Amino acid sequence: MGINRRDFLRVGSGGLLLAGGGLLVPAWAKGAKLLQPAALPDGTRESALLEALPGKVPLIKRSYRPPNYETPPEYFREVFTPNKAFFVRYHLANIPEVEARSWQLRIGGEVESPLVLTLDELRRFETVELAAVCQCSGNRRGLFQPHVPGVEWSYGAMGNARWRGVRLRDLLNKAGVKKGALELVLDGADGPVLDKTPDFVKSLPLWKGLDENTLIAFEMNGEPLPHWNGFPARLIVPGWTATYWVKHLSSINVVSAPFDGFWMKSAYRVPVGKFPVVERFLSQETAANTPITEMVVNSLITSVRDGERLSLGKPLELAGIAWDAGYGIRQVEVSTDGGMSWRNAELGTDHGRFSFRPWHYRFQPRHKGRYTLLAKATNRIGQTQTFELIANPAGYHHNLVHQVAVDVV
Amino acid sequence: MNKTLCALLLLLPALALADESAVKLRQGSNQDVVARNCAVCHSLDYIQMNSRFLDRKGWEATVTKMVKVMGAPIKEEDVPLILDYLDQQYGKPK
Repeated sequence: MGINRRDFLRVGSGGLLLAGGGLLVPAWAKGAKLLQPAALPDGTRESALLEALPGKVPLIKRSYRPPNYETPPEYFREVFTPNKAFFVRYHLANIPEVEARSWQLRIGGEVESPLVLTLDELRRFETVELAAVCQCSGNRRGLFQPHVPGVEWSYGAMGNARWRGVRLRDLLNKAGVKKGALELVLDGADGPVLDKTPDFVKSLPLWKGLDENTLIAFEMNGEPLPHWNGFPARLIVPGWTATYWVKHLSSINVVSAPFDGFWMKSAYRVPVGKFPVVERFLSQETAANTPITEMVVNSLITSVRDGERLSLGKPLELAGIAWDAGYGIRQVEVSTDGGMSWRNAELGTDHGRFSFRPWHYRFQPRHKGRYTLLAKATNRIGQTQTFELIANPAGYHHNLVHQVAVDVV
Repeated sequence: MNKTLCALLLLLPALALADESAVKLRQGSNQDVVARNCAVCHSLDYIQMNSRFLDRKGWEATVTKMVKVMGAPIKEEDVPLILDYLDQQYGKPK
């Protein structure tokens, strides 16, 4: 059953009641004017609004149906993104409200003994928790020049959370994967409005499914997953883009031939050899293109906003976050003069190699005027960010060095 | 809408319920054809969001994808009307 308009309003009013109690809405969001990068398409900026989905704080609405809502940049001042502010991304609009009691996960196909697990049965496997960044492949798509069609995200189609769940590996071992198995086909409870529309089904190489960090999570930051983030259970593929993190996970089918669904064969693909990735999805690769896999190294300045006015005499606190595919952040360099000179920022607490890594750099502006601030991250295998966009048809892997201009007055 | 909700809406003008009826497309000929066909599967803000950078060919690629890949039941004779509207109202400025 999909969420109809009436349910939407009903739950929505509950969200507002909470908001009225001051629990959900941070001070900056109350009556806040939505500031958006000028580089976004005009129509994107005009159609965006701060709107609250049921159970969420106001997020940047990109589309109502299917719901695509982006996390406002202020929330990235914290290393862990609050569940209520975590971005929402759906491809198809038939989104059931899954009940924990009736939810089941089926594991079948090329296995010795197929499994059907309830949530309670799933929880009996060994439970683990890890911090990992969930980032949409198309995060920052709206900043591509020239623009490419799609959901025109700014910086906020991502979040970092502590995911608690069980290892997919343990489930596969229990089911007994047969020899010759190649991929895992993953489906969630959400689906298309029309039967003819390809359901959002993804596949993952078997070896990635057997990675000790690939989880089926039922908790996020110590709470059950929010409905909009995949309740009651979703796949967690640390280091890989969120397209594989199937929400409302309902079945895992082990197959011995490459899965040929639309969302693998045609969507979420990048040109071969253009991006520096180590882990490739070879059974899905063609001569021309390959499925997107690992996230590229990236960083974001969070302590100051573009165009902000700061007073001379006060130290300027430059801070932000950096992340990559899980090799770990080795260094964040910052520039306060538009890229002419660079200094190392100090790295903050390490919450694990898949997490956002906080960093900061304090400096004393000596004179009034405009300061162009940049931050550039490098990971432990030497991958770094680009100064020139790597064009690709669907607008993935935007990791241009983030630049913010402030006026010291 | 109940009284409490009305009061809250007055108190918090920056908040609004997530309701796609707020989406208002530009007025122009064939707007009804676009609304009738496109809103079957998605809200019409997808059109606003993807503007104005696609030329007629770009919009044609999108509409073709919706028909051929996503299975949108758009009548063949509606396609040029949809493209006229998208190009005129949401197309890349010429």
